[in-house]
Amino acid sequence: MISDLFSMTVLVGILASGIRLATPYLYASIGETFSQRSGVLNLGVEGQMLLGAFAAFYVALTTENLWFGVLAAIVVGGLMGLAMAFVTINLHAEQGISGIGFYLFGLGLSDLLFQKMLGTVETVKGFPKVHIPVLSDIPVVGEIFFRQNVLVYIALALVPLAWFVLNKTTLGLKIRAVGENPEAADSLGVSVARIRYFTVVLGGIMSGVAGASLSIALLNVFQQNLTSGLGFIAVALVYFGAWRPWGVLAGALLFSLINSLQLWVQVLGIPIPSDIAVMMPYILTILVLVLTVSRVRPPSALTKSFERGD
Amino acid sequence: MNSTSPAVEMKDIVIEFPGVLANDHVNLTLQEGEIHALLGENGAGKSTLMNALAGLYKPASGTIRVRGELVSFNSPRDAILKGIGMVHQHFMLVPTQTVTENILLGLNEPRFVMSLNKFDQKILDLEEKYGLFVDPTTKIWQLSVGEQQRVEILKTLYRGANILIMDEPTAVLSPREIDELMETMRSMTDQGKSIIFITHKLGEVVDIADRVTVLRKGVVTAEGESMKGVTKKDLAQRMVGREVIFTVERESHELGDVVMEMTDVSALNNRGLPALKDVSLSVRSGEILGIAGVGGNGQSELAEVITGLRKCSGKIFIQGEEISNQPPIKAINRGVSHIPEDRTAVGTAPSLSLTDNTIMKGYKKHPIGDGWRINFQVAQKHTSKLKDKYNIIAPSVNTPAGKLSGGNLQKLILAREINCEPRFLVAMQPTRGLDVGAIEDIRALLLEQRSHGAAILLISEELEEVLSLSDRIAVISEGKIMGIVDSEDVDIDKIGMMMAGMQEIRE
Repeated sequence: MISDLFSMTVLVGILASGIRLATPYLYASIGETFSQRSGVLNLGVEGQMLLGAFAAFYVALTTENLWFGVLAAIVVGGLMGLAMAFVTINLHAEQGISGIGFYLFGLGLSDLLFQKMLGTVETVKGFPKVHIPVLSDIPVVGEIFFRQNVLVYIALALVPLAWFVLNKTTLGLKIRAVGENPEAADSLGVSVARIRYFTVVLGGIMSGVAGASLSIALLNVFQQNLTSGLGFIAVALVYFGAWRPWGVLAGALLFSLINSLQLWVQVLGIPIPSDIAVMMPYILTILVLVLTVSRVRPPSALTKSFERGD
Repeated sequence: MNSTSPAVEMKDIVIEFPGVLANDHVNLTLQEGEIHALLGENGAGKSTLMNALAGLYKPASGTIRVRGELVSFNSPRDAILKGIGMVHQHFMLVPTQTVTENILLGLNEPRFVMSLNKFDQKILDLEEKYGLFVDPTTKIWQLSVGEQQRVEILKTLYRGANILIMDEPTAVLSPREIDELMETMRSMTDQGKSIIFITHKLGEVVDIADRVTVLRKGVVTAEGESMKGVTKKDLAQRMVGREVIFTVERESHELGDVVMEMTDVSALNNRGLPALKDVSLSVRSGEILGIAGVGGNGQSELAEVITGLRKCSGKIFIQGEEISNQPPIKAINRGVSHIPEDRTAVGTAPSLSLTDNTIMKGYKKHPIGDGWRINFQVAQKHTSKLKDKYNIIAPSVNTPAGKLSGGNLQKLILAREINCEPRFLVAMQPTRGLDVGAIEDIRALLLEQRSHGAAILLISEELEEVLSLSDRIAVISEGKIMGIVDSEDVDIDKIGMMMAGMQEIRE
């Protein structure tokens, strides 16, 4: 039975679904990378994802247009980001605690809306797989990389884009400066509040899309607590990736491949208790974080609110 | 705009903070092409006034004119646009970014995508013009303090500043770096820049300034006086409001046995880089050994290895017993007292009361404690006795320590550390940031301990303090002891050379 794991079809299946499963992490973690590089820890990712997932699902179901669903997730995620930004930047609320608040808010509200507006678990026809011409015909590689849904392609394209913006543009320079030494940025006329608003709202939007990628591309359902901790793992992946988009990609892939492996282990009926199998990715997160801690320092101003003249 | 108007004219500036009038109708006029010293004690309101000129604070009333034009700054950006650049005392740099990135931050050019090579060259050209050399591609954290300051100056020059505000630029520099800075300042004024130079060091004002404005407690006591015909003594009086004693009475007496001895001690700093390199020192009973050096050359680590707060290699003995790499309680039990560098983070628990802070070390000792209970009545009595004895000004012994002024807080720490009659006292920057009155009190207390036979290690960045209090002076640079001299035959130039990292030259 274990040997079933090593057949070509199964390996390709594990890799292909691993990449697919990485999408929600990628959206959420890249968004969170931007917030954290500017000095804001957003622990509300999970709540933003849940509301994004619900909005995308509901709109897609009622309008039968998946892109309207994505748009709804962007709007809802952006609004959640705006609220988080207001609370942490203008009101100087403690970031970790307000993040937990936003998580609980998103968890509760998404469930309430689900009960009132849907009532039962329904399904939508999610984003179909798009076969990229020529490339998808390459044996093995084509199957793994080029027969995915469109949200997977966008997520992967965001990695180099995020890297470029953070490291090669003036906007990225400002974001990094604000996260390392807001006083210095302020003294040179960079608006710390404006930059942080930008990154936190961007983080909210990305979390919303991450939710959409779950509810209308990956699972194609919505139910209570659909994300079940995924948003928190996305935050952990930012630490794992040392606040760099490529590191985040590596973390997201590692994590989702393990997840995909454990799914296939269950599908194939390999006699490992399913509870243990399901635990694997989480145990791995903790292990990886313990082993990689202190490798790179977080942005110096992370979690610190800024006020001129402090 | 009028070409004969002064570069800057600040009139009747009032700035208020909760409970403090930081600037009380202050006037300051900066002429084109001059170096104008702004002199005053800590807390006199110098930085506040200049922060208003740099757009960081908005005055409650008063007017600011730049080259005759009335201005009102809402943010640093507004000030930059008028050609005003500030070199802050605490550098405003992003340590993880390169020199070029730090200089370009917040500018409109490059617009979005950055190709740094082109700008590296532009910055090199600027460095050439003013003799401010530093590699544009290096990250800030890899630079020395002097180099970081050059980046700060370059930042303002790159933005086209022609009015520069330098906030205590010499505080962190070695004597050699100070000379270089003075040269740069001269070359900048030669090329038409005007400079306001904030300081509390009289010698520097005499050396470099064309004119001087003196502030005391938020009020101008000398307004733009020409340096011709002004004496140091006169300035000092305007600065502190009374005669200042420039020398400390230090009686000579017989030294006792060696109390602290360390041999070949090396230690790493928080970054894991070598901070102390084979340091060997000894201090005898009744002796003050001063450690002179520019900040960040291993002084903090030296204090920490002796008090058990940092691991090290090599050996440290107190009265013959080894205490290196032992928990701090071991050193305390051997009679080591510690006046730490950071009064609020290490020296006290600011939100706890005076009583809690004074018994923090002796809470186990009878009659305050019996091992597991604390008798608070006794503790309070003990604290109020100390409060009177050391003249600590506080509403009551139940006041949180954090509410005290810097001088009183330091006296509280000294009271705790001295009252247990230490055999060995490590005093790190004991008078930093204090006003003249408190400085005199603290120094007198240290000398009193010396005559009681304590051995004292005095670590200070104020060379004048080390020179006036110490029996012997060791100079530290990059974690190495460059030489030890007797305070009787001190050659300031030689000490300056050693502080800059040059080994003692023997003829």
